[in-house]
Amino acid sequence: MSTATLAPAPHTATIQPARVGLAATVSQSFTMAYRGLLKVRHTPEQLIDVTFQPIIFTLMFTYLFGGAVSGSVGAYLPLIIPGILAQTVITASVVTGVQLREDMDKGVFDRFRSLPIARIAPLAGALLADTVRYVVATTITFLTGLVMGWRPDGGVGGVVLAGLLVIVCAWALSWIFAYIGVIARSATFVQGVSFMVLFPLTFLSNAFVEVSTLPGWMQAFVNVNPVSHLVSAVRSLANEGVVTADVGWTLLSAAVVVAIFAPIAVRSYLRKA
Amino acid sequence: MNTNAIEAQGLVKIFGDNRAVDGVDLTVRTGTVYGVLGPNGAGKTTTIRMLATLLRPDAGEARVFGHDVAREGSAVRSLIGVTGQYASVDETLSATENLVVFGRLLGLSSRAARAKSAELLEEFSLTDAAKRPLRNYSGGMRRRLDLAASLIARPPLIFLDEPTTGLDPRTRNQMWDTIRRLVADGSTVLLTTQYLDEADQLADRIAVIDRGRVVAEGTADELKATVGAQSLQVGIAEPADLGTALSLVQQVFGAAGVVAPEGLRITVPVPHAEAVADLLVRFRDAGVPISSVSLDKPTLDEVFLNLTGHAASDDTTEPGSPDHAHDDIKKVNA
Repeated sequence: MSTATLAPAPHTATIQPARVGLAATVSQSFTMAYRGLLKVRHTPEQLIDVTFQPIIFTLMFTYLFGGAVSGSVGAYLPLIIPGILAQTVITASVVTGVQLREDMDKGVFDRFRSLPIARIAPLAGALLADTVRYVVATTITFLTGLVMGWRPDGGVGGVVLAGLLVIVCAWALSWIFAYIGVIARSATFVQGVSFMVLFPLTFLSNAFVEVSTLPGWMQAFVNVNPVSHLVSAVRSLANEGVVTADVGWTLLSAAVVVAIFAPIAVRSYLRKA
Repeated sequence: MNTNAIEAQGLVKIFGDNRAVDGVDLTVRTGTVYGVLGPNGAGKTTTIRMLATLLRPDAGEARVFGHDVAREGSAVRSLIGVTGQYASVDETLSATENLVVFGRLLGLSSRAARAKSAELLEEFSLTDAAKRPLRNYSGGMRRRLDLAASLIARPPLIFLDEPTTGLDPRTRNQMWDTIRRLVADGSTVLLTTQYLDEADQLADRIAVIDRGRVVAEGTADELKATVGAQSLQVGIAEPADLGTALSLVQQVFGAAGVVAPEGLRITVPVPHAEAVADLLVRFRDAGVPISSVSLDKPTLDEVFLNLTGHAASDDTTEPGSPDHAHDDIKKVNA
């Protein structure tokens, strides 16, 4: 080996400013996201919940409820595809918390923490890499719907906007699960708690059935549930190409979630990291 | 340069009611290898983690090249490389991907990170395995990659937490060579180890740490002098001769022998090699038959027994109880 390889740099030259600049922070976050994607490439089974699951759920729910809810499978598609989409992508955001917890328990996390990088970069990178998962889930759900005969009148534009809206919401929600991931003791705990939050939130909405068929007290909850607004917004965007007030409500809810959970997730994370 | 690489005073870390590190002072001169020697649970890893800004000390302070670890964490992190006890690399990624990610995080361009990664893999003889996922790596390969990852930014101070624990002797020797080269090139190394031999081979100075405290500090020679450079073990053939044998040992070596639990083996530090021959002649003259004889280097256990009054592996006894030291070996004054 050459002497140059291992000779340490004169240490006065390597001292960096006490705080990492914004540009460096962004670049380090993207590097961490790149690492997340490399992990996906080596363990593609991580993508099962955003590939096979949407296909199975879409087929299952459509044929199961189609006749009962809308009279036929074909008539149910405009109702169910946006519902399944919201449910699948939101559920996919739980993985952020689970994987963050697993990561933080590993030796490699010590190395990240001992590097002169922005301390927020591993968290930001994880959130960033997960958007790829949402894109995959969204695309596959839409494709499954199209194969089954769904013909959205909103056209390509409406469908793409609907997809983006769902991805933004999933990203916002992933802050909740990131927070749970940071404070939890184990990945299993994160999984358990997250599904306890998610099941009522996604099923007690207008995702699968007409709200008018529900008992009154449940309608009250379903109508304020942000997931209902998301599903309605996606329906009107994809099926009619119309931007409704639900889009506004959805984005507002997403903003509120981020405003609450991003700061506490970051703060707890920095305290532990 | 007269700056010390590490200066720590009174470091304390408490987990619950366990004082994992209980007032550790360390001074490591730039350009040297400093060994922190101690058994499992002595507080070695906790000390390193505090010095590397991974844990905040509950009391005391530490400086790395003059930068306070608590207040100037970012400056400290730019001066250190940390190789953990458990490989701090990504299991699912290949060696190249690991090094490229770390290089990018340290501000190298994509191309520079790749070049650096190839260079380090070559240096650590990992080129052939560069594309394999780490799952399939042996313990030694993993450690080498781990060390390589610590050297990307060529940090002037490198922490190695038990770099050879669990490695086979050949791989251990390779690791030792690598560490020696690092130091020859001007790096400062702080390493922890459970092996006296390893500290002896590598470290300029050694701190023996036990239950969160430094119980001895000095060069390897100074440390070994406390137990004698070598110890002689003599097996006595006849139990009846034990008393005679012990008094001969006392006369020739000027030190008391220690009788092993089974009662027929005497261990005693050797003052100088000639004395061994003298003793064996005296045994024959006195008609004391011996069943075995061997010369051993002092073990960590002996150093510990000598310095702390309890054995290194003796984790369960309560600190402070006076008698627990002599459970398995009793000192006999002839």
